[in-house]
Amino acid sequence: MIAFLIKRLMHAFVVMFVISVISFAIQSNLGDPIQQMVGQSVPESQRAELREELGLNDSFLVQYGRFATNALQGDFGYSYFFNEPTTEVIQRHLPATLELVIAATLIIVVFSVPIGVYCAIRPRSALSRFFMSVSIIGISIPVFLTAIMLIQLFAIGVDFSPFPAETGWGQWLNGLLSTEGGMPSYGRGNDLTHLFGTWDSNFFSLDGLTYLVLPAVSLASIMLPLFIRLIRAEMLEVLQSEYVKFATAKGISLKRIYFVHALKNTMLPVITVGGVQLGTMVAYTILTETVFQWPGMGLMFLEAIQRSDIPLIVTYLMIVGLIFVVTNTLVDLIYGLVNPTVKLTGKPA
Amino acid sequence: MTTTTATTPSRWKRFRNSYLVYSFKRDWIAQFCLAIFLCILLGAVCAPWLAPMDPYDLTQINILNSELPPIWIDGADALFPLGTDAQGRDLLSTILYGARVSLIIGFGAVMLQALIGVTVGLLAGYLGGRIDAFLMRLADIQLSFSTLMVAIIVGALFKAVFGGAVYSDYAVWLLVLIIGLAEWPQYARTVRASVLAERSKEYVDAARVMGYRDRRIMFRHILPNTLSPIFVISTVQIANAIISEAALSFLGLGMPETQPSLGSLIKSGFDYLQSGSWWITLIPGAVLVVLVLVVNLLGDWLRDVMNPRLYKG
Repeated sequence: MIAFLIKRLMHAFVVMFVISVISFAIQSNLGDPIQQMVGQSVPESQRAELREELGLNDSFLVQYGRFATNALQGDFGYSYFFNEPTTEVIQRHLPATLELVIAATLIIVVFSVPIGVYCAIRPRSALSRFFMSVSIIGISIPVFLTAIMLIQLFAIGVDFSPFPAETGWGQWLNGLLSTEGGMPSYGRGNDLTHLFGTWDSNFFSLDGLTYLVLPAVSLASIMLPLFIRLIRAEMLEVLQSEYVKFATAKGISLKRIYFVHALKNTMLPVITVGGVQLGTMVAYTILTETVFQWPGMGLMFLEAIQRSDIPLIVTYLMIVGLIFVVTNTLVDLIYGLVNPTVKLTGKPA
Repeated sequence: MTTTTATTPSRWKRFRNSYLVYSFKRDWIAQFCLAIFLCILLGAVCAPWLAPMDPYDLTQINILNSELPPIWIDGADALFPLGTDAQGRDLLSTILYGARVSLIIGFGAVMLQALIGVTVGLLAGYLGGRIDAFLMRLADIQLSFSTLMVAIIVGALFKAVFGGAVYSDYAVWLLVLIIGLAEWPQYARTVRASVLAERSKEYVDAARVMGYRDRRIMFRHILPNTLSPIFVISTVQIANAIISEAALSFLGLGMPETQPSLGSLIKSGFDYLQSGSWWITLIPGAVLVVLVLVVNLLGDWLRDVMNPRLYKG
């Protein structure tokens, strides 16, 4: 276990090192900090002086050393646009993104497990087929398009009236297909509960929750079909295994076999995939937050790109990289702990 | 390879009698999907001849025609069957041209991915050892960051390096490069897995004993036997590449509005959604979804039929 742990930590460390080198290369090659600091009207000689003073003429390695030391102490420099430390800017935007991810994860867990298990237990039923075809359609709809459709349906509203309104069924169909609209689809709203530090939460008021619904559903919509399909596939495989047959032969109730014996082993691979998908989720927050103008890290990153705010871009890359590395390492470790058959000392799974 | 004798049927005949065609004839979903895909492909390829107007030609655009609804809604103009966008361009024409751009980028990016991924996979699988460990670790790391994330970051950096104007001018090629670079690990892992299975077979030993060089064994002997998994993931990858392109364009890191792809059409229409002009964004969106869906369904069907040993997990 210790060897596995050390190996995994070494791996994480190397990845973080590579990310920091890339980030530093971006920082030192893109944009001119002198230009940003003094503007147009300062003569070249003073610029050169300032350049020397700031150590911008030092070798790449020396400069990287300085960058890495500062980064380890949590100093990533100042954002050009906000004119404050980039870490503070990120701290301000992080809670919004985290709440979005938490809400989406809740939706995914609550819906994917029962639907996935049902589709595995009754693979041939009409409902299973329905879920499977909906899930392949769900995979094919890009997340920003889901978001736009949700806005059209529930924020703007659809007035559907191609059927003749005089007849009873026409009126009924029109009413069924039309939607009211009025759901908030812009930002986080004003009714936020202050928790601590920079964390204002949407979770503790009805108004805050209504703002959270559409973005969270959009973000969940891309992962939910993947997880339903994954859980179904794994569960089908587990149900074929010997120990399940043996449990059935012993006369254990089907309910207990499905939800206690089989589900446990189904969830193992789901954990690993879930960890990897968390990264994908961070990428999709950029899209979701753009559509809903949700003031999180993704929107901040995109705005930083438009403003060429290099220090903020670099800090975002480093912090997102850190989130990825930490979750991937944790997932591997948890997997090693819960699955005793995994080879701990050999190549990590 | 080119000679056909009486005993061996011609290539066309062998193809026609193959299991692939046999199961295609019995699967109406696959036929339906292929038909729709070919329709979109044909529309995209023939866009210059089919489209009522040229969306790239500024002289044909009249701003007074902007935001006209599709033909089945009151206030429409019969000249514009699917309505017009905010600049007064005919939506049908922009969609045809947009699908063309999306498909070019999709196919181009997949070709680049395949080129990098197949080479890396062959090298890693055949040579093994340190090269294998290094290349696969690289692929693992890149995959753990999710391909879309990598594409967004690389796109953002390219935009910062080249500046907005140059980026727009070469957007098609840059997008092919970005998506190609972001998604090669999928190919590399799949190819490596099947190379590992092939490597220990006797025909490879025979070739080695006969004194062929590694390069010849890899590309002439092993590669043809790994084609079916490559074929299967290619379909899924095309769908992914089209979605990635749309996502990048939607974020403003892709095609400019003057030369729109489906993604940038959706983006440009999104600003007008609140004013009630839903068609500018939702009709190109529907085309995008249908395109991706049929490619995905065809991929599913191919996987079921060819049943290759795909890399799992």
